[in-house]
Amino acid sequence: MHLLVTLILQRIGLGVVTLFGISLMIFFAMEILPGDLAQETLGQSATPEAVAALRAELGLDQPAITRFFQWFSGILHGDLGTSLANKRDISELLVSRFKNTLALASYSAVIAVPVAVTLGLLAALYRGSIFDRTVNVLSLSAVSLPEFFIAYLLIFFLSAKFGLFPSISNVSADTSFSEYMHRAFLPALTMALVVTAHMMRMTRAAIINLLASPYIAMARLKGASPMRIILIHALPNALAPIINVVSLNLAYLITGVVLVEIVFVYPGLGQLIVDSVSKRDIPVVQATCLVFATVYITLNLTADVLSIATNPRLMHRK
Amino acid sequence: MENLLSIKDLKIEGLSDGKWSEIVHGISLDVKPGEVVGLIGESGAGKSTIGLAAMGYTRDGCRISGGSVNFDGKELTKIDRKPHQDLLGRRIAYVAQSAAASFNPAHKIIDQYTEGPAIHKVMARKQAQLEAIELFETLQLPNPATIGFRYPHQVSGGQLQRAITAMAMSCKPDLIIFDEPTTALDVTTQIEVLAAIRDVVTMLNTAAIYITHDLAVVAQMADRIKVLRRGHEVEEAETKTMLNAPKEEYTKSLWAVRAFKTPAKPKITEGAYPILSVQNVTAAYGTEIVLDDVSFDIHKGRTVAVVGESGSGKSTTAKVITGLLPQKHGKVLYEGALLEASFKTRNQHHLKNIQMIFQMADTALNPRQTIGEIIQRPIEFYLHLSPKAAKERACDILNELELEPSQYLHRSPSELSGGQKQRVGIGRALAAEPQLIICDEVTSALDQLVAEGILKLLDKVQQTFGLSYMFITHDLETVRAISDEVVIMQRGKVVEQGATTSIFSPPNHPYTDLLLSSVPKMNPDWLTQLLKQRAQSTAG
Repeated sequence: MHLLVTLILQRIGLGVVTLFGISLMIFFAMEILPGDLAQETLGQSATPEAVAALRAELGLDQPAITRFFQWFSGILHGDLGTSLANKRDISELLVSRFKNTLALASYSAVIAVPVAVTLGLLAALYRGSIFDRTVNVLSLSAVSLPEFFIAYLLIFFLSAKFGLFPSISNVSADTSFSEYMHRAFLPALTMALVVTAHMMRMTRAAIINLLASPYIAMARLKGASPMRIILIHALPNALAPIINVVSLNLAYLITGVVLVEIVFVYPGLGQLIVDSVSKRDIPVVQATCLVFATVYITLNLTADVLSIATNPRLMHRK
Repeated sequence: MENLLSIKDLKIEGLSDGKWSEIVHGISLDVKPGEVVGLIGESGAGKSTIGLAAMGYTRDGCRISGGSVNFDGKELTKIDRKPHQDLLGRRIAYVAQSAAASFNPAHKIIDQYTEGPAIHKVMARKQAQLEAIELFETLQLPNPATIGFRYPHQVSGGQLQRAITAMAMSCKPDLIIFDEPTTALDVTTQIEVLAAIRDVVTMLNTAAIYITHDLAVVAQMADRIKVLRRGHEVEEAETKTMLNAPKEEYTKSLWAVRAFKTPAKPKITEGAYPILSVQNVTAAYGTEIVLDDVSFDIHKGRTVAVVGESGSGKSTTAKVITGLLPQKHGKVLYEGALLEASFKTRNQHHLKNIQMIFQMADTALNPRQTIGEIIQRPIEFYLHLSPKAAKERACDILNELELEPSQYLHRSPSELSGGQKQRVGIGRALAAEPQLIICDEVTSALDQLVAEGILKLLDKVQQTFGLSYMFITHDLETVRAISDEVVIMQRGKVVEQGATTSIFSPPNHPYTDLLLSSVPKMNPDWLTQLLKQRAQSTAG
């Protein structure tokens, strides 16, 4: 068991190093961006002295490396800084937005993951049948359409035509759970449709890949039913690739929401990052990017650990 | 007595390049209750396909196109899925060639053992577990009470092979199909598994079909033997009759393979340097020592066989000599001159003079190159001949290998049979005009008749060019046929070495004796006698 613990610690260590690297990249990528907040705020007619004074006030006159370490040590203390645009504490700003994004991602994951894995298993079980082909065609169509297009299609049919769900997901901290489910249904469904195909096809492929193995033939020759072969004999050996593709898609549900949040005017991180970029509110953009990176790394790390934990060869040494 | 299994005029088709073609052409086979029938033949004879068809099963890409398979009154070629599933595992069971690949890596052995009884509702899992432990004990598995609770990768190959036999027994079936159950094992392990299989078959009075390419093995196991070739039956007879008086020419040729022996070679010239001298070599993978103080010489024009079971370090020795794995201690001399430990720093003279032929000709030849390119490359690289001269030289070599140059020069390896590929492998080694060729299990992936052809070719080439061979093998019959001297290795150490004739005549090191006595003999009573002898010697 302690093997797994060392492994998790190792991965967490690596994750932290990666995050440091990413924070460097985020910071210096922002430096390269054209435009200057002081100039932007004061307008074209401002005197150079006024601009310089504001720059000094915002700390923009310091060398980049000093500012990076100020920013980074702030992060280590849990202080993400203040928004340049409205002087609010970024942590506060992010927390409510992040909660919303997380809620939406969980909502679509709860729809997408069970559907994708079940469909993948069934498609593998009835491979080559009409069912398999229908599922394949439908999932491929879903993945080929851009997500905003799916979103507008859903709005057109489920909202405009039949009026079942609102087209604007107007949620806040005091929306009740059932109300939330109703209001956020369309964005959640859009995201689910986008990620289902990938997970489903990978599940199907991972299972079918194993069906040629001698131990599957052995299970057949022992008289196991096709369903039993898929669930008991193939699935446990296909878990690693399935876990990986699921985690990749979960990460996408959180970091790839920008378009969908905009279409449905959903108050999440995606909206925030777009707004902040247009306002040149660099600290907010940096903080949001860092949150995205952390989510990505955490999910991948979890997937790694789970893949290892489900592999007896790695868990039980000789 | 009624037949338990009756196969009549069975025809099976296989899918190749999108077309169905017949691979089994009307085979009939009867098995009575409690009887063991041996199916024997070379690869491509269709024996495994027939064995699976006896269970009403075909591999993907195969189908039964005619005839009938009748098991205890049920027609298996037309049976529905449910009743078929009910028969499989419960009344007909299967033991696969590679237990390591046939056990599911995700589940413990005991759970796979109890799966059959549980899904067929023969007994509860708890009860099946208790029976498994008893059966493991009968099969002489170490720690029978706990070994089942391990995962397949935690158990050795020979033990897994016994465990899979136990698994086949779990529902006390009427018929078991054994598909080459000992082919992947070392000779000493093979004996234990053979004995175990025979014990349980007798104990439960199970009928069996025993599939193998090894005559001596089938002689120990079967009451009756059927010889197959390319999907046709050659002949069938009681085991004793078949061994003593085979009727067909093909069967006789199979029997005769073991008679090949190279002629004796002249004595070693006194005072001359050996071509290769391995002196006190120790080598390791990481911290694990795999070769421990290994020394032997190879003289000009002679063949030294390096023999041992898997894990004995024979292939590692080849890696040290070729410089792929630099040794930790000791040295390797070529004609008295020190060989650099790593191939990267060796001079071209040394690289050219030591060549290698690999076990798997399939993977050792670049599939994207033609035979001509494969052979010309070392000629151009080592002998610096012009492309035109190199091509002529390649044609000479192909002629030497009995491969018509105009036909083979432009073919790719995938168009050749296993034996032809191995000939190309020999050609590539010869192209460098070496003094020493290391042959690593070059015949073990080949059928007996093809293997004999390769051995004869190697012998002819040796006499023509005065080559020395280091011949790595686990097969003592091959050693007897081709080698002048033998080096016997066990767990990275040389246990005994000497002239072939002296190694094959007692007294020997106990391990050599164990190896020699473990090679199956054509005598059907060999196994019984051997087990009796060994029991006596351990008792006494």
